[in-house]
Amino acid sequence: MSYSMQLLMTLPELVLAAGSIVLMLVAAFGGQASTKLVSWASVALLAGAGIALAGPASTGGVAFGGLFRADAFATFAKVVIYVAAAVSILIAPNFFQRTSGEDLRPEYPVLILLSTVGMGMMVSAGDLLTLYVGLELQSLSAYILASFMRRDTRSAEAGLKYFVLGALASGILLYGISLVYGFAGTTLFGGIAEAYSAGTSGGQHTGLLFGLVFVFAGLAFKMSAVPFHMWTPDVYEGAPTPVTAYFASAPKVAAVAMAVRVAVDAMGPAIFEWRQIVIFASLASIIFGAVAAIGQTNIKRLLAYSSINNVGFALIGLAAGGEEGVASVLLYMAIYVIMTIGGFLVVLQMRGEDGEPIETIASLSGMSRTRPGLAAALAIFMFSLAGIPPLLGFFAKLGVFIAAVHSGLIVFATVGAAASTIGAYYYLKIVKTMYFDDPAPAFAGKTNFVEGGLIAISAVVISPVGWLVLGAMGTWSLVAAKALF
Amino acid sequence: MISLTHYLVVSAILFTMGVLGIFMNRKNLIVILMAIELILLAVNLNLVAFSSFLGDLVGQVFAMFVLTVAAGEAAIGLAILVIYFRGRGTISVDDVNRMKG
Repeated sequence: MSYSMQLLMTLPELVLAAGSIVLMLVAAFGGQASTKLVSWASVALLAGAGIALAGPASTGGVAFGGLFRADAFATFAKVVIYVAAAVSILIAPNFFQRTSGEDLRPEYPVLILLSTVGMGMMVSAGDLLTLYVGLELQSLSAYILASFMRRDTRSAEAGLKYFVLGALASGILLYGISLVYGFAGTTLFGGIAEAYSAGTSGGQHTGLLFGLVFVFAGLAFKMSAVPFHMWTPDVYEGAPTPVTAYFASAPKVAAVAMAVRVAVDAMGPAIFEWRQIVIFASLASIIFGAVAAIGQTNIKRLLAYSSINNVGFALIGLAAGGEEGVASVLLYMAIYVIMTIGGFLVVLQMRGEDGEPIETIASLSGMSRTRPGLAAALAIFMFSLAGIPPLLGFFAKLGVFIAAVHSGLIVFATVGAAASTIGAYYYLKIVKTMYFDDPAPAFAGKTNFVEGGLIAISAVVISPVGWLVLGAMGTWSLVAAKALF
Repeated sequence: MISLTHYLVVSAILFTMGVLGIFMNRKNLIVILMAIELILLAVNLNLVAFSSFLGDLVGQVFAMFVLTVAAGEAAIGLAILVIYFRGRGTISVDDVNRMKG
């Protein structure tokens, strides 16, 4: 294959990488005044990368000797990632203006772009080396973003915790990678799959088995699945709200998609071994995420536990395996991203007289009377996250449960469905607080045009109107899943 | 004769020391950064040992990438540590508790 063709396959990443370097220079020379320009240019670059996906980047196949894969699976994940990244850039300037009294620094959109390049590499990886470098590019940018409000001690602490635990996770993943490399003799996913398929009869080699366990532990860390979730609530609470919205959406999709690719592509023949790990992590995440969320008083912490809980459901689809299971994971993550971004957009509207953010759940009390539109939108997101029909969240959950039943994991699916009712309790408690409690002081300030529009769009997509696109999304996720088999 | 197993055992010991260094250390955040370096070096030892015994260069290339990323990681870690110290005036692990958990 010609070199230029291979470059075309990586065009979205090239556009974003080159663009973010140019914007970094603009930011360095333009200073604080260039924030607006850099922000809109970043959104335009993300749109450009999205358009570039339409070419050989989505159908080209394997590039650079197997290091990079440009297939429908990566394209699906990248579209969701780009949308989430663009929203996180758009909602940031107002938040920073209000909370710190100074304009947003232009490095913010550049860091988001760089981590988007990393996520693109993660979901397109065909080799453990590409996977590791992409993951680190994403993580290193994310550590800085978490501590972006430098004068706020909570933000600095969030960055510190994220850094220490994230670096530990990378270390564990890397140790697993080194063992897999040593005992499989290669870092290419295809070669690793061959090494694992040699062990399907008569048991896996101990070294390969240890490598698999370490790799899945590292992946669980990045997805914030129980038992490696402990960083999530603190980081989500301490990080600035637009950054939290970003963490809960794009990197989560990238981590889950990467885990699916590693599990299916590289370790597919060892499905019996990793399925036990995934089932444990899934059930533990669903149950722990739901139970621990009940006592929370801070809405960002609550949404953090909600994200742990949701990763558990996505993992049900991975445990099911096969085309149907992978398609259900992709569909679940796409719908989850819309719901969670909508939820965080509403959290952004919670602010006091001086523009300081308010984060207690109690302050939502009686919001149906003070801000009826906002309350209705949050109610839709909460009902959908709880999985109540006819909202889209229900179909996401239905998809993963059907996939699990079809692959014979009936007990597992039953326990998961039963545990999802625990989660419904705290989602519905928020709705109850908004609609049936005595009004608390109203939030100050108006919702601006961009944020209000985004809230309306996500609420409409989640509502039954979303059925119009649900069929197309389902078909597309199935096409994406077929690319892996 | 030093066999592959010897290298793997040393690397496993280093890795365990690194992980324990992160969780058992209650005094100083700088020590945590050192523990992270120790984990990455254990991985590098593994990669280079495998590379040499397999007669395959990928492991050594991988080790180079890990070294580079480790340098970037240390730089970012120290930068975050500096802004944390400016805000709180301490780098003791026990004081990282503005949020519960």
